[in-house]
Amino acid sequence: MTAQRVRTHAIDMSSILRVKGSHHEQNEACIKVENLNLFYGEKQALHDISMEMPKKKVTAYIGPSGCGKSTLLRCINRMNDLVDSARIDGKILLDGENIYDKAVNVAALRRRVGMVFQKPNPFPKSIFENVAYGLRIQGVNDKRVLEETVENALRGAALWDEMKDRLNDNALGMSGGQQQRLVIARAIAIEPEVLLLDEPASALDPISTLKIEELINELKEKYTIVIVTHNMQQAARVSDYTAFMYMGELIEIGATSELFTNPVKKQTEDYITGRYG
Amino acid sequence: MKLWFKSGSPWIWLNAAAVSTCLIMIVGVLGLIAVRGVGHFWPHQVIRFVYQEQGKQPQTIIGEKVDTNITPAVMAKSTGFTMADDEDTLVQYLIKTGNRDVTGTDFRWIQERNVKEQSEPADMMVVERREWGNFYGQLVEVKENGQTIAAGQQAWPVAQIKIDEALAVFEEIADLEKNRIGAINYSLERLRLKQRKLELNNRLDDAAKQEIAAEKAGYETEYQQYQAQLAGLYQKIRNNSLVAKTESGSTVVIPLTKMVRAFRPNAMSFFDKVAHYGSKVVEFLTDDPREANTEGGIFPAIFGTVLMVMIMSIIVTPFGVIAAVYLREYAKQGFTTRLIRIAVNNLAGVPSVVYGVFGLGFFVYILGGNIDQLFFPEAAPAPVFGTPGLLWASITLALLTLPVVIVSTEEGLARIPSSIREGSLALGATKLETLWLTVLPMASPAMMTGLILAVARAAGEVAPLMLVGVVKLAPTLPLDGNFPFLHLDRKFMHLGFHIYDVGFQSPNVEAARPLVYATALLLVLVIVGLNLAAIVIRNNLREKYRALEG
Repeated sequence: MTAQRVRTHAIDMSSILRVKGSHHEQNEACIKVENLNLFYGEKQALHDISMEMPKKKVTAYIGPSGCGKSTLLRCINRMNDLVDSARIDGKILLDGENIYDKAVNVAALRRRVGMVFQKPNPFPKSIFENVAYGLRIQGVNDKRVLEETVENALRGAALWDEMKDRLNDNALGMSGGQQQRLVIARAIAIEPEVLLLDEPASALDPISTLKIEELINELKEKYTIVIVTHNMQQAARVSDYTAFMYMGELIEIGATSELFTNPVKKQTEDYITGRYG
Repeated sequence: MKLWFKSGSPWIWLNAAAVSTCLIMIVGVLGLIAVRGVGHFWPHQVIRFVYQEQGKQPQTIIGEKVDTNITPAVMAKSTGFTMADDEDTLVQYLIKTGNRDVTGTDFRWIQERNVKEQSEPADMMVVERREWGNFYGQLVEVKENGQTIAAGQQAWPVAQIKIDEALAVFEEIADLEKNRIGAINYSLERLRLKQRKLELNNRLDDAAKQEIAAEKAGYETEYQQYQAQLAGLYQKIRNNSLVAKTESGSTVVIPLTKMVRAFRPNAMSFFDKVAHYGSKVVEFLTDDPREANTEGGIFPAIFGTVLMVMIMSIIVTPFGVIAAVYLREYAKQGFTTRLIRIAVNNLAGVPSVVYGVFGLGFFVYILGGNIDQLFFPEAAPAPVFGTPGLLWASITLALLTLPVVIVSTEEGLARIPSSIREGSLALGATKLETLWLTVLPMASPAMMTGLILAVARAAGEVAPLMLVGVVKLAPTLPLDGNFPFLHLDRKFMHLGFHIYDVGFQSPNVEAARPLVYATALLLVLVIVGLNLAAIVIRNNLREKYRALEG
């Protein structure tokens, strides 16, 4: 697929935003991806992707397995740096700053862009220490500050009432759903601007999934959220904008309601109506 | 039959047999050394034999029965014994007769058929001495300052009181000689080195000379005081002695200063024996060796072994962990790292004596020699670190056990799920912070596993130590009250070497054999103890850093 076409979509998207009009002032872009290409060795995993993700909105990436949606997500906090063979060109602008600039401090970037993974990955420490981890790294050791932040973060992740008496228990003793919310609490404790969620509910039961989705709805008040999901219903439920990806290319991006009811591309329509994927 | 093979039962039996063979061997080894070693301290009955060899006058022999040997008549004949036609076997006893100062030997074989009479008289006395081994005989009288103070029936109770007194005095003497006067000698030596150092630096002016002389004089007067004290103490017990007679009728005078304990095993009740046994075991564990290591305790060897293993652990753990972290976390994986891994693994297979040779050649002579030249020129020509010692032994063993620490730490690091690392990195931690705060703590049980293996190997290693620092008898412990307290340059004793020395290098192998078993048992116990300590720590860590399931 040519770069030309993708760029057209990007323009499509901004026109959609403009069409939606009423919220226009709030919809300034937080993250801007410009002509991003990613290679694993010889293999190209992302093809010339350009898109914008607006502030304090939820953007969902959907698409079949292996389409590159997780890879794209991991570009936003430079997690792909950990893969030796990965090579990236293009830009990602966070508040107008290119995060792939040589001068960027990756650790500082990741503090601004938090991430929650597919499988809950709490540290084998107490619940309190898990949430305080990010702060401790930043050198915060004041007990009062830590306690306050941990409480706020746990409240933010709707976990405080369940866990306030168990703060010193090992986090590995929690249920999967609780662990995932703990990981979200851990991420928001350092007050990032962006929260990346990589299929956060795929390893959870329906009730826990529901809780996570409710949580996402609350969190978007404060954070720009990007979520990767397999589940189209979930995307429809939680997101404001949806991007459909296929084979490493961005096919279509638009307001969720538009994309699901009235997709521009035939491929998108085929996917959301279940013809493939 | 075919069905039976198909059912897999033979296979199961084979496996079970292999496991039980291992178990039997382990239990057998431990059982043998335990029985032989532990039994040694029990007071045996002293038996009096009336012994008459054919065509000779009867004689009496007293001693402990140590061993019995039964030889078939045919074999006995071929080795030169005359056997009567109705005798099927030749039964011989090994008797510990002691009294080496009188008879020249400690042990004697006797033939059962020549024993005319056997009895266990209650007044048979065993005296453990600091020289000449055990004495067996009867007490005649007790002397104080050359005067007989008790004889006959009264002699035994009086003797016991006097022995206890003498032992108390002796302990005082030992404390004075070893600790007080030892400390003064140590200080004087340091003073001499200080003077020599100033001299070498051309800074030995009159003021310094005077200062040193004054200090020296202070030590001298102190030394004189102790010397006087010592003379007084010796005076107290010098002329006290027991007079005893052996079975052959000769009289032996045993000075109380030369005695460790005296007892009458035949007159002892069971509880007396238990008490005696306890005191012997305590002596074995806490005392210095006597009589070319064949008597007394092995405390310096226990101490040396444990201290050496600890220093080795302190050296090998950080070294191995850091190397493993680099190999696993930072080094670019490829041909070179693979080569290094193969080399490290093969290092574990190098015979230990080779490490000893390396330790001697590199650490002792090259490193130690240079350290001496640079830092201790005043001690020349006597070497400080340029001679085998505790430090070099520990480092050599650290090198020997390095591979196991590296390998198990690497495995531990590889087992940490990448999701945990990513979780930490995603929170804005750098790689170093992730390592310190999350990965290394989680890998700590694996490090402990490496350390356990290292300790198990190091504590049992003897061959390299013989080259780099272990000696038969170390006059001082490597840890004492003299600054700087831990003397890494000193030579030390080691249980493994002690076993070899007592068992094979001793002038009195018969007497020492039970000690070999006892020492072996103790070595096993020390290693088990060290391992258990490490295992407990590891299990606590495991509990704490239980990794994610699945």
